Amino acid sequence: MTYDGHFRVWRGDDGGELVDYTVEVNEGEVVLDIIHRLQATQTPDLAVRWNCKAGKCGSCSAEINGHPRLMCMTRMSIFEEADTITVTPMRTFPVIRDLVTDVSYNYEKARQIPAFEPPADLEPGEYRMAQVDVGRSQEFRKCIECFLCQDVCHVIRDHEDNKAAYAGPRFFIRAAELAMHPLDARNDRATFARDQQGVGLCNITKCCTEVCPENITITDNAIIPMKERVVDRHYDPLVWLGNKIRRREH
Amino acid sequence: MTQDLAQGVNARGRAKIGARTLRTDRWWLAPVLTVTGLTLWVIYAVVRASMQSDYFVPAYHYLSPFSSPCLSDSCVAGSSLFGTPFGAWPPLIPFAILTLPFLLLFRLSCYYYRKAYYRSYWQSPPACAVAEPHKKYTGETRAPLILQNAHRYFWYAAVIISLINTWDAVEAFHGKGGGIGFGLGTLIMVVNVVLLWGYTLGCHSCRNITAGRLTHFSRHPIRYGLWQQVSRLNAHHMGFAWATLASLVVTDLYIALVAGGAFSDFRFFN
Ligand code: SF4
Ligand code: SF4
Ligand code: FES
Ligand code: FES
Repeated sequence: MTYDGHFRVWRGDDGGELVDYTVEVNEGEVVLDIIHRLQATQTPDLAVRWNCKAGKCGSCSAEINGHPRLMCMTRMSIFEEADTITVTPMRTFPVIRDLVTDVSYNYEKARQIPAFEPPADLEPGEYRMAQVDVGRSQEFRKCIECFLCQDVCHVIRDHEDNKAAYAGPRFFIRAAELAMHPLDARNDRATFARDQQGVGLCNITKCCTEVCPENITITDNAIIPMKERVVDRHYDPLVWLGNKIRRREH
Repeated sequence: MTQDLAQGVNARGRAKIGARTLRTDRWWLAPVLTVTGLTLWVIYAVVRASMQSDYFVPAYHYLSPFSSPCLSDSCVAGSSLFGTPFGAWPPLIPFAILTLPFLLLFRLSCYYYRKAYYRSYWQSPPACAVAEPHKKYTGETRAPLILQNAHRYFWYAAVIISLINTWDAVEAFHGKGGGIGFGLGTLIMVVNVVLLWGYTLGCHSCRNITAGRLTHFSRHPIRYGLWQQVSRLNAHHMGFAWATLASLVVTDLYIALVAGGAFSDFRFFN
Protein backbone atom coordinates (compact mmCIF):
# COMPACT_ATOMS: atom_id res chain seq x y z
CA MET A 1 0.00 0.00 0.00
CA THR A 2 1.66 3.19 -1.21
CA TYR A 3 0.42 6.73 -0.78
CA ASP A 4 1.69 10.30 -0.88
CA GLY A 5 2.19 11.54 2.67
CA HIS A 6 2.29 15.15 3.83
CA PHE A 7 5.28 16.24 5.83
CA ARG A 8 6.57 19.45 7.40
CA VAL A 9 10.27 19.37 8.12
CA TRP A 10 12.45 21.95 9.84
CA ARG A 11 15.01 23.34 7.38
CA GLY A 12 17.92 25.57 8.24
CA ASP A 13 19.56 26.62 11.46
CA ASP A 14 17.95 28.46 14.40
CA GLY A 15 16.44 30.96 12.00
CA GLY A 16 15.11 28.27 9.69
CA GLU A 17 11.51 27.35 8.95
CA LEU A 18 9.11 24.45 8.57
CA VAL A 19 8.91 23.44 4.91
CA ASP A 20 6.11 21.36 3.38
CA TYR A 21 6.91 18.25 1.36
CA THR A 22 4.93 15.48 -0.23
CA VAL A 23 6.75 12.15 -0.05
CA GLU A 24 5.84 8.61 -1.01
CA VAL A 25 5.08 6.30 1.90
CA ASN A 26 5.14 2.50 1.59
CA GLU A 27 3.79 -0.17 3.86
CA GLY A 28 6.03 -1.09 6.78
CA GLU A 29 8.08 2.10 6.71
CA VAL A 30 9.26 4.27 9.57
CA VAL A 31 9.70 8.04 9.66
CA LEU A 32 13.44 7.72 9.05
CA ASP A 33 12.68 5.94 5.73
CA ILE A 34 10.65 8.95 4.66
CA ILE A 35 13.42 11.35 5.64
CA HIS A 36 15.86 9.26 3.60
CA ARG A 37 13.54 9.25 0.61
CA LEU A 38 13.14 12.99 0.91
CA GLN A 39 16.92 13.31 0.93
CA ALA A 40 17.28 10.98 -2.06
CA THR A 41 14.61 12.53 -4.24
CA GLN A 42 14.05 16.18 -3.31
CA THR A 43 16.49 17.68 -0.81
CA PRO A 44 19.97 16.16 -1.15
CA ASP A 45 21.32 18.65 1.39
CA LEU A 46 18.90 17.68 4.21
CA ALA A 47 20.99 17.09 7.36
CA VAL A 48 19.99 14.14 9.53
CA ARG A 49 21.93 12.05 12.02
CA TRP A 50 21.40 8.30 12.03
CA ASN A 51 23.35 5.06 12.20
CA CYS A 52 21.69 1.78 13.05
CA LYS A 53 18.07 2.12 11.97
CA ALA A 54 17.36 -0.38 14.73
CA GLY A 55 16.73 1.78 17.77
CA LYS A 56 20.09 0.96 19.29
CA CYS A 57 22.54 3.75 18.46
CA GLY A 58 20.49 6.67 19.76
CA SER A 59 21.40 8.97 16.84
CA CYS A 60 18.10 9.67 15.14
CA SER A 61 16.35 11.53 17.98
CA ALA A 62 13.92 14.18 16.78
CA GLU A 63 10.42 15.45 17.50
CA ILE A 64 7.58 14.01 15.49
CA ASN A 65 4.29 15.86 15.82
CA GLY A 66 5.76 17.41 18.92
CA HIS A 67 6.70 14.07 20.56
CA PRO A 68 10.37 13.39 21.26
CA ARG A 69 11.01 10.09 19.47
CA LEU A 70 13.51 8.00 17.54
CA MET A 71 12.75 8.44 13.85
CA CYS A 72 13.82 4.87 13.12
CA MET A 73 11.38 3.45 15.68
CA THR A 74 8.35 5.52 14.71
CA ARG A 75 6.21 3.50 12.34
CA MET A 76 4.25 5.34 9.69
CA SER A 77 1.32 3.04 10.44
CA ILE A 78 0.53 4.98 13.64
CA PHE A 79 -0.57 7.92 11.46
CA GLU A 80 -3.54 8.35 9.17
CA GLU A 81 -2.86 8.82 5.46
CA ALA A 82 -4.35 12.32 5.58
CA ASP A 83 -2.22 13.48 8.52
CA THR A 84 0.46 16.09 8.13
CA ILE A 85 3.50 14.84 10.00
CA THR A 86 5.79 17.48 11.44
CA VAL A 87 9.44 16.56 12.01
CA THR A 88 11.67 18.98 13.90
CA PRO A 89 15.03 18.76 15.62
CA MET A 90 15.04 18.33 19.41
CA ARG A 91 13.96 21.65 20.89
CA THR A 92 16.07 21.64 24.03
CA PHE A 93 19.46 21.74 22.29
CA PRO A 94 20.95 24.24 19.85
CA VAL A 95 20.21 23.31 16.24
CA ILE A 96 23.16 22.94 13.89
CA ARG A 97 21.18 22.42 10.72
CA ASP A 98 17.88 20.84 9.76
CA LEU A 99 17.33 17.86 12.06
CA VAL A 100 20.80 17.85 13.61
CA THR A 101 21.32 19.37 17.05
CA ASP A 102 24.38 20.06 19.14
CA VAL A 103 24.07 17.70 22.11
CA SER A 104 27.41 18.54 23.74
CA TYR A 105 25.58 19.72 26.89
CA ASN A 106 25.06 16.03 27.65
CA TYR A 107 28.70 15.10 27.25
CA GLU A 108 29.74 17.93 29.54
CA LYS A 109 27.34 16.65 32.21
CA ALA A 110 28.61 13.09 31.72
CA ARG A 111 32.22 14.16 32.28
CA GLN A 112 31.41 15.79 35.61
CA ILE A 113 30.32 12.55 37.31
CA PRO A 114 33.13 10.99 39.40
CA ALA A 115 33.98 7.61 37.90
CA PHE A 116 33.41 4.27 39.62
CA GLU A 117 35.87 3.95 42.48
CA PRO A 118 36.92 0.40 43.38
CA PRO A 119 37.53 -0.54 47.02
CA ALA A 120 41.11 0.18 48.06
CA ASP A 121 41.80 -3.37 49.21
CA LEU A 122 40.87 -5.10 45.95
CA GLU A 123 43.13 -5.58 42.93
CA PRO A 124 41.65 -5.63 39.45
CA GLY A 125 40.49 -9.18 38.84
CA GLU A 126 39.42 -9.63 42.42
CA TYR A 127 36.05 -7.87 42.12
CA ARG A 128 33.18 -10.22 42.98
CA MET A 129 29.55 -9.22 42.84
CA ALA A 130 26.36 -11.24 43.32
CA GLN A 131 23.71 -11.02 40.63
CA VAL A 132 21.03 -9.81 43.10
CA ASP A 133 23.26 -6.88 43.96
CA VAL A 134 23.71 -5.68 40.39
CA GLY A 135 20.26 -6.57 39.04
CA ARG A 136 18.77 -3.15 39.69
CA SER A 137 21.52 -1.30 37.83
CA GLN A 138 21.31 -3.47 34.77
CA GLU A 139 18.12 -1.69 33.77
CA PHE A 140 20.10 1.55 33.58
CA ARG A 141 22.76 -0.01 31.38
CA LYS A 142 20.18 -0.33 28.61
CA CYS A 143 20.49 3.39 27.96
CA ILE A 144 21.38 4.15 24.33
CA GLU A 145 22.12 7.83 24.99
CA CYS A 146 19.52 9.12 22.60
CA PHE A 147 19.01 12.06 25.00
CA LEU A 148 15.27 12.12 24.36
CA CYS A 149 14.75 12.19 28.12
CA GLN A 150 17.05 15.19 28.35
CA ASP A 151 15.14 16.81 25.49
CA VAL A 152 11.72 16.38 27.08
CA CYS A 153 12.72 17.39 30.61
CA HIS A 154 10.95 20.69 31.26
CA VAL A 155 13.60 21.77 33.78
CA ILE A 156 15.93 22.66 30.92
CA ARG A 157 13.57 22.53 27.96
CA ASP A 158 11.55 25.44 29.36
CA HIS A 159 14.35 27.12 31.31
CA GLU A 160 17.64 27.56 29.50
CA ASP A 161 19.10 29.14 32.64
CA ASN A 162 18.83 25.84 34.54
CA LYS A 163 21.29 24.07 32.25
CA ALA A 164 24.32 25.09 34.30
CA ALA A 165 22.95 23.61 37.54
CA TYR A 166 21.15 20.56 36.18
CA ALA A 167 22.42 17.26 34.83
CA GLY A 168 19.13 15.74 33.67
CA PRO A 169 17.48 12.30 33.81
CA ARG A 170 20.04 10.43 31.73
CA PHE A 171 22.68 11.32 34.32
CA PHE A 172 20.45 10.66 37.29
CA ILE A 173 20.29 7.04 36.14
CA ARG A 174 24.08 7.04 35.98
CA ALA A 175 24.17 8.49 39.49
CA ALA A 176 21.73 5.83 40.71
CA GLU A 177 23.74 3.07 39.06
CA LEU A 178 26.86 4.17 40.94
CA ALA A 179 25.01 4.78 44.21
CA MET A 180 23.56 1.25 44.06
CA HIS A 181 26.86 -0.31 42.95
CA PRO A 182 27.94 -2.96 45.48
CA LEU A 183 31.64 -2.16 45.05
CA ASP A 184 31.70 1.59 44.57
CA ALA A 185 33.82 3.04 47.36
CA ARG A 186 32.54 6.62 47.23
CA ASN A 187 29.88 7.56 49.73
CA ASP A 188 29.17 11.04 48.39
CA ARG A 189 26.96 10.02 45.46
CA ALA A 190 23.79 11.46 47.00
CA THR A 191 25.52 14.69 47.95
CA PHE A 192 26.87 15.00 44.42
CA ALA A 193 23.39 14.40 43.01
CA ARG A 194 21.99 17.18 45.15
CA ASP A 195 24.73 19.77 44.92
CA GLN A 196 26.29 19.22 41.51
CA GLN A 197 23.56 17.51 39.49
CA GLY A 198 20.57 19.45 40.78
CA VAL A 199 18.34 16.43 41.40
CA GLY A 200 16.14 18.70 43.55
CA LEU A 201 15.11 20.59 40.43
CA CYS A 202 13.38 17.51 39.06
CA ASN A 203 9.74 17.52 40.10
CA ILE A 204 9.21 13.84 39.21
CA THR A 205 6.62 14.56 36.54
CA LYS A 206 7.85 11.51 34.62
CA CYS A 207 8.14 12.80 31.06
CA CYS A 208 11.60 11.23 30.82
CA THR A 209 10.07 7.85 31.62
CA GLU A 210 7.32 8.42 29.05
CA VAL A 211 9.70 9.05 26.16
CA CYS A 212 12.54 6.61 26.89
CA PRO A 213 12.76 4.24 23.89
CA GLU A 214 14.45 1.63 26.09
CA ASN A 215 11.53 1.79 28.55
CA ILE A 216 13.84 2.49 31.46
CA THR A 217 11.73 3.37 34.51
CA ILE A 218 13.86 6.47 34.99
CA THR A 219 11.74 8.31 37.54
CA ASP A 220 10.60 5.45 39.78
CA ASN A 221 13.75 3.34 39.73
CA ALA A 222 16.50 5.96 39.55
CA ILE A 223 15.41 9.52 40.33
CA ILE A 224 13.13 8.81 43.29
CA PRO A 225 15.65 6.41 44.86
CA MET A 226 18.27 9.17 44.46
CA LYS A 227 15.93 11.70 46.07
CA GLU A 228 15.38 9.26 48.93
CA ARG A 229 19.14 8.86 49.32
CA VAL A 230 19.46 12.63 49.47
CA VAL A 231 16.89 12.62 52.27
CA ASP A 232 18.79 9.84 54.05
CA ARG A 233 21.96 11.89 53.92
CA HIS A 234 20.78 15.42 54.39
CA TYR A 235 17.20 15.71 55.61
CA ASP A 236 16.42 12.80 57.91
CA PRO A 237 17.66 13.26 61.48
CA LEU A 238 16.72 9.67 62.40
CA VAL A 239 18.85 8.09 59.69
CA TRP A 240 21.68 10.43 60.60
CA LEU A 241 21.41 9.42 64.25
CA GLY A 242 21.20 5.73 63.39
CA ASN A 243 24.34 5.92 61.30
CA LYS A 244 26.17 7.77 64.05
CA ILE A 245 25.29 5.11 66.58
CA ARG A 246 25.93 2.07 64.45
CA ARG A 247 28.69 3.58 62.27
CA ARG A 248 27.47 1.35 59.55
CA GLU A 249 27.94 1.41 55.85
CA HIS A 250 24.76 1.06 53.78
CA MET B 1 4.56 34.17 35.73
CA THR B 2 3.81 34.74 32.08
CA GLN B 3 5.02 32.39 29.41
CA ASP B 4 8.46 33.31 28.18
CA LEU B 5 9.31 30.97 25.36
CA ALA B 6 12.38 33.06 24.50
CA GLN B 7 14.04 31.61 27.60
CA GLY B 8 12.65 28.18 26.95
CA VAL B 9 11.89 26.26 23.77
CA ASN B 10 12.81 29.28 21.65
CA ALA B 11 15.97 30.18 23.54
CA ARG B 12 18.95 31.40 21.55
CA GLY B 13 20.48 28.79 19.31
CA ARG B 14 17.49 26.47 19.35
CA ALA B 15 15.26 26.02 16.31
CA LYS B 16 12.86 29.00 16.49
CA ILE B 17 9.72 27.04 15.92
CA GLY B 18 7.60 29.46 17.92
CA ALA B 19 4.73 27.21 18.94
CA ARG B 20 4.41 26.19 22.58
CA THR B 21 4.03 22.62 21.38
CA LEU B 22 3.53 20.84 18.09
CA ARG B 23 1.60 18.02 19.69
CA THR B 24 -1.64 17.28 17.88
CA ASP B 25 -3.20 14.90 20.37
CA ARG B 26 -5.44 15.85 23.30
CA TRP B 27 -2.59 16.48 25.73
CA TRP B 28 -4.80 18.78 27.82
CA LEU B 29 -7.23 16.00 28.71
CA ALA B 30 -5.16 14.35 31.46
CA PRO B 31 -4.57 17.57 33.43
CA VAL B 32 -8.25 18.52 33.13
CA LEU B 33 -9.34 15.11 34.44
CA THR B 34 -6.83 15.29 37.29
CA VAL B 35 -7.94 18.74 38.41
CA THR B 36 -11.58 17.71 38.21
CA GLY B 37 -11.09 14.46 40.09
CA LEU B 38 -8.93 15.86 42.88
CA THR B 39 -11.02 19.00 43.35
CA LEU B 40 -14.28 17.05 43.60
CA TRP B 41 -12.70 14.65 46.06
CA VAL B 42 -11.38 17.42 48.29
CA ILE B 43 -14.77 19.15 48.34
CA TYR B 44 -16.48 15.89 49.29
CA ALA B 45 -13.91 15.17 52.00
CA VAL B 46 -14.09 18.64 53.55
CA VAL B 47 -17.88 18.59 53.62
CA ARG B 48 -18.13 15.10 55.07
CA ALA B 49 -15.35 15.48 57.62
CA SER B 50 -16.89 18.66 59.02
CA MET B 51 -20.54 17.54 58.93
CA GLN B 52 -20.33 15.70 62.26
CA SER B 53 -23.29 13.54 61.33
CA ASP B 54 -24.14 10.19 59.69
CA TYR B 55 -20.67 8.76 60.17
CA PHE B 56 -21.52 5.79 62.37
CA VAL B 57 -23.89 2.85 62.20
CA PRO B 58 -24.20 1.65 65.84
CA ALA B 59 -25.90 -1.66 65.05
CA TYR B 60 -22.88 -3.00 63.10
CA HIS B 61 -20.11 -0.66 64.27
CA TYR B 62 -19.52 0.90 60.86
CA LEU B 63 -17.35 3.99 61.34
CA SER B 64 -16.52 6.27 58.42
CA PRO B 65 -12.79 6.73 57.72
CA PHE B 66 -13.41 10.49 57.60
CA SER B 67 -14.33 10.43 61.30
CA SER B 68 -11.89 7.83 62.56
CA PRO B 69 -10.65 7.82 65.21
CA CYS B 70 -13.54 9.64 66.83
CA LEU B 71 -11.96 11.35 69.81
CA SER B 72 -14.61 13.81 70.97
CA ASP B 73 -17.29 13.65 73.65
CA SER B 74 -19.61 14.74 70.85
CA CYS B 75 -19.11 11.41 69.06
CA VAL B 76 -22.09 9.04 68.86
CA ALA B 77 -22.04 6.47 71.65
CA GLY B 78 -19.94 3.45 70.69
CA SER B 79 -17.98 5.15 67.93
CA SER B 80 -15.01 6.16 70.07
CA LEU B 81 -12.77 3.12 70.15
CA PHE B 82 -9.85 5.03 71.57
CA GLY B 83 -11.61 7.10 74.24
CA THR B 84 -12.55 10.77 74.13
CA PRO B 85 -9.58 12.60 75.60
CA PHE B 86 -10.53 16.01 74.21
CA GLY B 87 -13.99 16.70 75.55
CA ALA B 88 -16.76 18.08 73.38
CA TRP B 89 -16.14 19.53 69.91
CA PRO B 90 -17.50 22.79 68.48
CA PRO B 91 -19.37 22.38 65.18
CA LEU B 92 -17.46 21.97 61.87
CA ILE B 93 -14.29 20.64 63.48
CA PRO B 94 -13.74 17.10 62.15
CA PHE B 95 -13.86 14.43 64.84
CA ALA B 96 -10.72 12.93 63.30
CA ILE B 97 -8.81 16.19 63.63
CA LEU B 98 -5.82 14.35 65.06
CA THR B 99 -5.27 12.16 62.01
CA LEU B 100 -6.69 14.01 59.01
CA PRO B 101 -3.89 16.63 58.78
CA PHE B 102 -1.29 13.85 58.65
CA LEU B 103 -3.21 12.01 55.97
CA LEU B 104 -3.47 15.22 53.98
CA LEU B 105 0.26 15.89 54.26
CA PHE B 106 1.01 12.24 53.49
CA ARG B 107 -0.89 12.44 50.23
CA LEU B 108 0.31 15.94 49.40
CA SER B 109 3.94 14.84 49.68
CA CYS B 110 3.39 11.49 47.93
CA TYR B 111 5.59 11.17 44.85
CA TYR B 112 2.60 10.23 42.70
CA TYR B 113 0.32 13.05 43.81
CA ARG B 114 3.20 15.48 43.45
CA LYS B 115 3.44 14.51 39.80
CA ALA B 116 -0.32 14.76 39.45
CA TYR B 117 -0.75 18.25 40.89
CA TYR B 118 2.47 19.71 39.50
CA ARG B 119 1.28 18.71 36.07
CA SER B 120 -2.35 19.71 36.43
CA TYR B 121 -2.83 22.55 38.94
CA TRP B 122 0.60 24.07 38.51
CA GLN B 123 1.06 23.21 34.81
CA SER B 124 4.69 22.43 35.36
CA PRO B 125 4.63 20.95 32.77
CA PRO B 126 0.97 20.50 31.71
CA ALA B 127 2.04 17.59 29.50
CA CYS B 128 5.29 16.29 28.08
CA ALA B 129 6.86 18.59 25.49
CA VAL B 130 4.27 21.30 26.17
CA ALA B 131 5.92 24.47 27.43
CA GLU B 132 4.98 25.50 30.95
CA PRO B 133 3.68 29.02 31.66
CA HIS B 134 6.25 29.95 34.32
CA LYS B 135 9.23 32.20 33.93
CA LYS B 136 11.27 30.91 36.84
CA TYR B 137 11.57 27.34 37.96
CA THR B 138 13.37 26.08 41.05
CA GLY B 139 11.74 22.66 41.36
CA GLU B 140 11.88 21.17 44.83
CA THR B 141 15.06 22.95 45.91
CA ARG B 142 13.53 25.76 47.99
CA ALA B 143 10.89 26.35 50.64
CA PRO B 144 8.11 25.37 50.67
CA LEU B 145 8.64 22.51 48.22
CA ILE B 146 11.86 21.37 49.83
CA LEU B 147 9.59 20.12 52.65
CA GLN B 148 8.50 17.32 50.31
CA ASN B 149 11.61 15.64 51.67
CA ALA B 150 9.70 14.97 54.89
CA HIS B 151 7.45 12.48 53.10
CA ARG B 152 8.76 9.46 55.03
CA TYR B 153 7.70 11.01 58.31
CA PHE B 154 4.13 11.33 57.07
CA TRP B 155 4.43 7.76 55.91
CA TYR B 156 5.20 6.65 59.47
CA ALA B 157 2.05 8.45 60.59
CA ALA B 158 0.06 6.89 57.76
CA VAL B 159 1.08 3.39 58.84
CA ILE B 160 -0.32 4.05 62.31
CA ILE B 161 -3.51 5.47 60.85
CA SER B 162 -3.86 2.46 58.53
CA LEU B 163 -3.68 0.26 61.61
CA ILE B 164 -6.55 2.26 63.12
CA ASN B 165 -8.55 1.87 59.91
CA THR B 166 -7.83 -1.85 60.02
CA TRP B 167 -9.19 -2.02 63.56
CA ASP B 168 -12.30 -0.19 62.36
CA ALA B 169 -12.78 -2.84 59.68
CA VAL B 170 -12.40 -5.62 62.27
CA GLU B 171 -15.01 -3.89 64.44
CA ALA B 172 -17.34 -3.87 61.43
CA PHE B 173 -17.75 -7.63 61.82
CA HIS B 174 -20.27 -6.89 64.58
CA GLY B 175 -23.61 -8.58 64.19
CA LYS B 176 -27.01 -7.24 65.15
CA GLY B 177 -27.30 -7.37 68.94
CA GLY B 178 -23.73 -8.64 69.44
CA GLY B 179 -21.83 -11.62 68.06
CA ILE B 180 -20.28 -11.83 64.66
CA GLY B 181 -21.99 -10.55 61.57
CA PHE B 182 -21.16 -9.69 58.00
CA GLY B 183 -22.86 -7.17 55.74
CA LEU B 184 -22.19 -5.22 52.58
CA GLY B 185 -20.81 -2.44 54.79
CA THR B 186 -18.27 -4.86 56.27
CA LEU B 187 -17.19 -5.91 52.80
CA ILE B 188 -16.80 -2.31 51.68
CA MET B 189 -14.75 -1.44 54.74
CA VAL B 190 -12.48 -4.45 54.27
CA VAL B 191 -11.88 -3.66 50.59
CA ASN B 192 -11.13 -0.07 51.54
CA VAL B 193 -8.56 -1.14 54.11
CA VAL B 194 -6.90 -3.59 51.74
CA LEU B 195 -6.56 -0.82 49.15
CA LEU B 196 -5.25 1.59 51.80
CA TRP B 197 -2.53 -0.89 52.69
CA GLY B 198 -1.74 -1.38 49.02
CA TYR B 199 -1.27 2.35 48.69
CA THR B 200 0.65 2.85 51.95
CA LEU B 201 3.02 -0.10 51.57
CA GLY B 202 3.68 0.71 47.92
CA CYS B 203 5.11 4.08 48.93
CA HIS B 204 8.46 5.06 47.45
CA SER B 205 9.81 5.95 50.89
CA CYS B 206 8.78 2.51 52.16
CA ARG B 207 10.65 1.05 49.20
CA ASN B 208 13.75 2.96 50.24
CA ILE B 209 13.37 1.98 53.88
CA THR B 210 12.86 -1.77 53.32
CA ALA B 211 16.04 -2.23 51.28
CA GLY B 212 16.18 0.36 48.51
CA ARG B 213 18.93 2.26 50.28
CA LEU B 214 21.21 -0.79 50.60
CA THR B 215 23.91 -1.69 48.12
CA HIS B 216 24.09 -5.35 49.10
CA PHE B 217 20.73 -7.10 48.88
CA SER B 218 22.62 -10.37 49.27
CA ARG B 219 23.56 -9.55 52.88
CA HIS B 220 19.95 -8.74 53.87
CA PRO B 221 17.70 -11.47 52.44
CA ILE B 222 14.66 -10.59 54.56
CA ARG B 223 14.78 -6.90 53.73
CA TYR B 224 15.38 -7.79 50.09
CA GLY B 225 12.30 -10.01 50.11
CA LEU B 226 10.23 -7.17 51.56
CA TRP B 227 11.65 -4.77 48.99
CA GLN B 228 10.54 -7.08 46.20
CA GLN B 229 6.98 -7.13 47.55
CA VAL B 230 6.95 -3.36 48.05
CA SER B 231 8.31 -2.90 44.52
CA ARG B 232 5.43 -4.94 43.15
CA LEU B 233 2.91 -2.66 44.88
CA ASN B 234 4.95 0.39 43.96
CA ALA B 235 4.61 -0.34 40.25
CA HIS B 236 0.84 0.25 40.69
CA HIS B 237 1.14 3.20 43.02
CA MET B 238 -0.84 5.54 40.79
CA GLY B 239 -3.61 2.96 40.53
CA PHE B 240 -3.75 2.59 44.31
CA ALA B 241 -3.69 6.39 44.72
CA TRP B 242 -6.90 6.75 42.71
CA ALA B 243 -8.51 3.51 43.89
CA THR B 244 -8.17 4.59 47.52
CA LEU B 245 -9.70 8.00 46.80
CA ALA B 246 -12.65 6.15 45.29
CA SER B 247 -12.89 3.55 48.05
CA LEU B 248 -12.77 6.20 50.77
CA VAL B 249 -15.71 7.99 49.20
CA VAL B 250 -17.65 4.77 48.63
CA THR B 251 -17.08 3.66 52.23
CA ASP B 252 -18.08 7.00 53.69
CA LEU B 253 -21.07 7.42 51.41
CA TYR B 254 -22.39 3.94 52.11
CA ILE B 255 -22.09 4.48 55.86
CA ALA B 256 -23.70 7.93 55.54
CA LEU B 257 -26.67 6.51 53.65
CA VAL B 258 -27.19 3.62 56.04
CA ALA B 259 -26.71 5.84 59.12
CA GLY B 260 -29.04 8.45 57.65
CA GLY B 261 -31.70 5.83 57.05
CA ALA B 262 -31.79 6.04 53.23
CA PHE B 263 -31.69 2.22 53.16
CA SER B 264 -30.65 -0.49 55.55
CA ASP B 265 -27.43 -2.47 55.34
CA PHE B 266 -27.51 -5.54 53.14
CA ARG B 267 -26.63 -8.42 55.49
CA PHE B 268 -24.99 -11.62 54.31
CA PHE B 269 -24.96 -13.04 57.80
CA ASN B 270 -26.44 -11.79 61.10
S1 SF4 C 1 10.77 13.30 36.02
FE1 SF4 C 1 12.31 14.85 36.53
S2 SF4 C 1 14.03 14.36 35.19
FE2 SF4 C 1 12.25 13.29 34.36
S3 SF4 C 1 11.44 14.72 32.84
FE3 SF4 C 1 10.35 15.10 34.76
S4 SF4 C 1 11.46 16.76 35.77
FE4 SF4 C 1 12.81 15.91 34.16
S1 SF4 D 1 17.55 7.01 29.54
FE1 SF4 D 1 16.29 6.41 27.80
S2 SF4 D 1 15.65 8.36 26.87
FE2 SF4 D 1 17.35 8.82 28.22
S3 SF4 D 1 19.16 8.78 26.93
FE3 SF4 D 1 18.95 6.73 27.82
S4 SF4 D 1 17.75 5.55 26.34
FE4 SF4 D 1 17.52 7.72 25.79
S1 FES E 1 19.23 5.21 13.81
FE1 FES E 1 20.06 4.27 15.56
S2 FES E 1 18.49 4.65 17.01
FE2 FES E 1 17.59 5.39 15.21
S1 FES F 1 5.17 7.82 47.39
FE1 FES F 1 3.03 7.82 47.37
S2 FES F 1 2.66 7.41 49.45
FE2 FES F 1 4.81 7.60 49.48
